[in-house]
Amino acid sequence: MTPSRLLVLSFLLFSIGFYGVLARRHLVGLLLSLELMFNAGNLAAVAAAWSYGRASGFLLALFGIAVTVAEVALGLALFLLADRVRRTTTPDDLSLLRR
Amino acid sequence: MFTWACILLGGPLAAFAVLAAAAPLRRTGRPAALLSIAGMGTACVAAVGLAVTWSARPEPAVADVVWAATSRMPAIRFGLLVDGLAVCMALVVSLVALLVQVYSLGYLHDEPKPSLGRYYAWQSLFAFSMLGLVLASSVLQTYVFWELVGLCSFLLIGFWYRRKEAARAALKAFWTTRLGDVGFALGIVVLWGSARTLSWDGLFSAAAGGRLGGMALGLGVTGLFLGAMGKSAQFPLHIWLPDAMEGPTPVSALIHAATMVAAGVFLMVRSAPLLVRVPDLSAAVLAIGCLTAVLGASMALTERDVKRILAFSTVSQLGMMMAAVGAGAPLAAFFHLVTHAAFKALLFLAAGSLIHALGTNDIFAMGRLWRPMRVTAVYFLLGGLALAGVFPFAGFFSKDAVLAEVLHRGHPVAFAVLLATAALTAFYMTRAFVVVFLGTKKAEAHAHESGALLLAPMGVLALGAVVGGALLEGPIARALSGSLGLAPFSEGGEHGLIVPLLATAAALGGILVGWLGYGSRAFDPGRVAAAAGPLTRAITRRFYVDDVAVAAYRGWLALAAAVGWVDRYVVDGVVNGATVAGEAMAQRLRVLQNGKIQDALYAVGLGFLLLVLLALRGLRG
Repeated sequence: MTPSRLLVLSFLLFSIGFYGVLARRHLVGLLLSLELMFNAGNLAAVAAAWSYGRASGFLLALFGIAVTVAEVALGLALFLLADRVRRTTTPDDLSLLRR
Repeated sequence: MFTWACILLGGPLAAFAVLAAAAPLRRTGRPAALLSIAGMGTACVAAVGLAVTWSARPEPAVADVVWAATSRMPAIRFGLLVDGLAVCMALVVSLVALLVQVYSLGYLHDEPKPSLGRYYAWQSLFAFSMLGLVLASSVLQTYVFWELVGLCSFLLIGFWYRRKEAARAALKAFWTTRLGDVGFALGIVVLWGSARTLSWDGLFSAAAGGRLGGMALGLGVTGLFLGAMGKSAQFPLHIWLPDAMEGPTPVSALIHAATMVAAGVFLMVRSAPLLVRVPDLSAAVLAIGCLTAVLGASMALTERDVKRILAFSTVSQLGMMMAAVGAGAPLAAFFHLVTHAAFKALLFLAAGSLIHALGTNDIFAMGRLWRPMRVTAVYFLLGGLALAGVFPFAGFFSKDAVLAEVLHRGHPVAFAVLLATAALTAFYMTRAFVVVFLGTKKAEAHAHESGALLLAPMGVLALGAVVGGALLEGPIARALSGSLGLAPFSEGGEHGLIVPLLATAAALGGILVGWLGYGSRAFDPGRVAAAAGPLTRAITRRFYVDDVAVAAYRGWLALAAAVGWVDRYVVDGVVNGATVAGEAMAQRLRVLQNGKIQDALYAVGLGFLLLVLLALRGLRG
């Protein structure tokens, strides 16, 4: 597995994740797609670290995983609240900011 | 000497300030009136003191301070100018103002207390402003006080402001005089632009030294004359003065006969050293003065309202003064101004006594008042004889001076017109006197003589109307030859007897015709008026000048309405259209802002793609 192939994989993951974020009609699905994008980013950082032989890329990936965990916890909590208060799990229904 | 001048201005000003600031005092009525009269009395004493101290060294004296200093231009100064002209005028103004204020106390005794206090506050302000105008050392300062007296005139004409006619007349007076004052203001600007000074002596020396001349001088003095035309009711701006009679009669006597309306003549006498350098304008002043004199006198012929007869007479006499100024005889003009102030104020106060007793202004509703109102009748008779110019009353001397000067300075046509005016004057005064006091019809209302408060001030003025001409001619001539720039005008030598004889013939002829028409009824004036059909109609329509003025005023309002329409629907339309168009565009774009996060993310994705494409193009190029 060469760094360039890793980058291609990262790009594919990112694109699939982005497509999911745009297309999913369920909040949890949206969050899952977001996770794919985050991991694509982490993968790109690891590939770069490997390629240049430096540790900072690995560190960035580790921090990214930690942030992702926090983000998932927060996002799930918000979606639970949305489900309870607004009785919806569809992002299109959460359009209060329009007006 | 300047201490006296300061007391002179300070008396009325202090009275006005106290009455204006202390509303409870003002609302007490009579105490407020007494305060104002006390201020005026102080001013009167100060005027005498000023005259006495000035005559010890009879030459122009100026005391001024820097008012507005600039680094690049000469400073504008503000101060007092004491010379013979100012001293004489200050004496006349303060004396007549004092007498009128005393008279008002009796005339307005039925007035509610707050309103009487208001009246006296404005009277004090007027006296201060008028004296300030007289003593002003610069043309700009003159203008400031000029506008102040205009304001007082407006306020006092509209004193009974609940009456529609009074409010209307006040506005008419204000706008008409303002029209002339626009010229005045422009004249000041032109004079400043050329001479770089506004003080009277500065302007005179600039004109004498040649620094101020040609077009600038001509336009500047024309501007001053336009202001004087408005204030002194010269044709065609005379239309406000007859309507100004809606004010209380003492106001008409003081402001619209003796002092304020004479301010225009005063201004032209003051600026005579400038006027004499503009021969074309002098001719115009003479022509307008003569026209005003004869038109005013003829409009008095058919008038029924006793105050308006006197108002038209004032217009006519002011025209005569203006003609004298135009002919190059400011001294004669000023002499006539002084005597006119005495006898016209007397006539107005006598008319006020009649109106007070009978409650009407219509002379044909009066009649046979000689017996019940003998003192008033005698005063009216003395005033009328002085106005008609009968020897040895005051008007004879001053009118003779005006006529002689006009003739001897080579204006025979103007002389003839003024002589005709004198005959008309004698006629309409005879008509008024005979109809009111002798007459065939008895007055409808019960007539009674007025109280001492009304009669005493008239007595003082009557003294002036009888002996003022004979006694004052010499002193006034001496005082004016000690005035700023007026010395070269002092005329010398006798003019012979021809002018006084002609003037007396005109006066007696007018009186005789008046007596034949209204006293002995040798002919029917109504039939003469009917025979002169179109002329009579023109006179009763006031020569259509009012109609023209009304049409011009309406036209101006229509123009204003049109301009307002353009502003509202065209200028505002563009602005409103811009907002409407902006909002419509915003409504179209609003669709994009639908609040759905995934749609927003599409936009982010597309934008990112665009950036990538641009970056690739950049790399390739």
